Amino acid sequence: MTRLSLFLALAAGAGVFVVQQPPQPPPQPPPQPPASQGNQTVRIGVDVGGTPKLAVAPFIALSNDAETVAAAKTVGDVLFDDIAYEREFYMIGKDAIATIPRPTSLDDVPLDRWKELNADGLVIGSVRKDANGIVVQVKVIQVPTGRVAFGKEYSGSVANPRRYSHTIADEFHKQQVGLNGVARTYITFSSDRDADRMRGPVANRDVQEIYFTDYDGANPQKVTNTRTLNITPAWSPDNQVIAYTSYRPSGPQGFGTFQDVILSFIHTGQRATPTSGSPQNQNYLPAWSPDGSKIAFTSNRDGNPEIYIMNRDGSGVRRMTNHPSIDVNPTWSPTGNQIAWVSERTGTPKIYIMNVDGTGQRSLVNEECYRPTWSGEPFNEIAYAAKTGPGFDIKIYSFATGESRKITDGIGTNESPVFSPNGRHIAFTSSRTGKVQIFTVARDGNDLRQITREGNNKFPNWSR
Amino acid sequence: MTKMRYAAVVLGLLAAAGCGGKKPPVAKPLPPTTTTSTPPPPTPAPPQPVPDTTPVPPEPRISEDPLVSSDLDAINKNSPFQPVFYALDSYEVDAAGQQVLTADAAILKKYPTWVITIEGHCDERGTAEYNLALGEKRALAAKTYLVSLGIPADRLRTVSYGKEFPFDPGHDEGAWKNNRRAHFVVTSK
Repeated sequence: MTRLSLFLALAAGAGVFVVQQPPQPPPQPPPQPPASQGNQTVRIGVDVGGTPKLAVAPFIALSNDAETVAAAKTVGDVLFDDIAYEREFYMIGKDAIATIPRPTSLDDVPLDRWKELNADGLVIGSVRKDANGIVVQVKVIQVPTGRVAFGKEYSGSVANPRRYSHTIADEFHKQQVGLNGVARTYITFSSDRDADRMRGPVANRDVQEIYFTDYDGANPQKVTNTRTLNITPAWSPDNQVIAYTSYRPSGPQGFGTFQDVILSFIHTGQRATPTSGSPQNQNYLPAWSPDGSKIAFTSNRDGNPEIYIMNRDGSGVRRMTNHPSIDVNPTWSPTGNQIAWVSERTGTPKIYIMNVDGTGQRSLVNEECYRPTWSGEPFNEIAYAAKTGPGFDIKIYSFATGESRKITDGIGTNESPVFSPNGRHIAFTSSRTGKVQIFTVARDGNDLRQITREGNNKFPNWSR
Repeated sequence: MTKMRYAAVVLGLLAAAGCGGKKPPVAKPLPPTTTTSTPPPPTPAPPQPVPDTTPVPPEPRISEDPLVSSDLDAINKNSPFQPVFYALDSYEVDAAGQQVLTADAAILKKYPTWVITIEGHCDERGTAEYNLALGEKRALAAKTYLVSLGIPADRLRTVSYGKEFPFDPGHDEGAWKNNRRAHFVVTSK
């Protein structure tokens, strides 16, 4: 039952491209009008210097039924947000766009009017019904020349129109600027939004369950339903598994609990417990190696919080730290050759780095700091939570400069940073609106977006 | 089974009263709510004007110990155990904490079948991930001290809730102080 509903939820969420089993099928739409002339990509605003200006026209609903009209509006609006998110293009405001008559056809576009807005590129699209759902067509036109820079057609379910926008945005960014966008990624986190209470002897304890949403917070989907604490979720690099820390019951009435790492195979509903925990062997804060073959985690199996690495099936456990103080919260370098973690061996909690064989342990920055997250090329940075006052702020350390910069502003407390897979964005938690919510921000500290609003939401982790 | 345990406890009490000599027989940590209608023990035979020591110690009243008969839920809702409190960012059991643990150890000795889970908790000022380890260190420190007082380690489980389950939802010094603790839950009896 749970499995079935989870699977259905996933299928609905993935919407457009019927979730066949494992690898989420990358949509392979037939290129419609040729996107490139010969081998030469038509680039929007390539000769303008600075950021090209892009206009997104309202998408055309090719029939008047409410579903199609709503889908057309959603696809256009979300596409605007998705492209704006990567800031490769200057997005011409919707007020300005509203001064131009809405397009009614993809083939008859009054380019003169768009030239008046100084648009370098124009995105136009349409949505129509077909037997299986909807067909979305999109074109991006180089306004000065009228040449088509990007043109595709997608078809699928009408259940989740946002997925079309995300796919268009990622493919457009890839084709135009060689960028791996994040519009089709997900963010997983733990949430008490159900306001369920733990069973047990102590009153007023809210359960937390694992959820994930689209990168922008839309389409929340529930992964766990065990009515206990389920926290610190982590996507496997192939996006098939979420590893997390679960508080499992012990004792005849479950009044004791212990922490253990659980792997949830989200497309099949199966679970695994590779660390085989017990009250004497507790395991938490799992972190996947970049190739998905190993998991680093924290355990008290030897009587103290230490860092361990194991193969994802639980075999080959290796102890990485050996110090009577706290060692906790490992994360991997993008190459998988190093581990960053938090230790208070000098009395103040700080981030340390070591090689995966345990050698070369050294501290990263000389300040009280927590929860490292590591981005690869081209940025090669570590984001972390630094004690900056009564609370924390997110900082980013650059290996290139050897220096850190602060990207949050001391409002509320800001914790648990995690990089997007392309290293350009950070998700983190903040108490700035009262409860703890998840926000994303660009790595330069701009473009703050709140992506959760219901209950408290913690421990974000970004899919690939 | 329960009866046997009950009998064992009563025997234990009698033994304590009999041989303890100097110690008053068992200070009851809990309000003697339900006193059964057992008649007061008949006073021993009248003669014997032995003046000095009292030959018959005041016999412990055979009362129903609510902690013996209650279920886990009831025990935990009115727990006999006191929590240990910690300083900011610390997992050291201070003098006050040692006193509390000494009293808690006495309860554990009185109910030798009980297994408890020591929950480590933190205030909201640390980061959520780090606090999972900090709470664990607090629970482990309390456990270590109880073991040093003679409680078998296999009766003491630990778990850390970090800052996920604050006892006081406030955001001030008073709340923080209250939330940095090792809290005891009877897991089986």
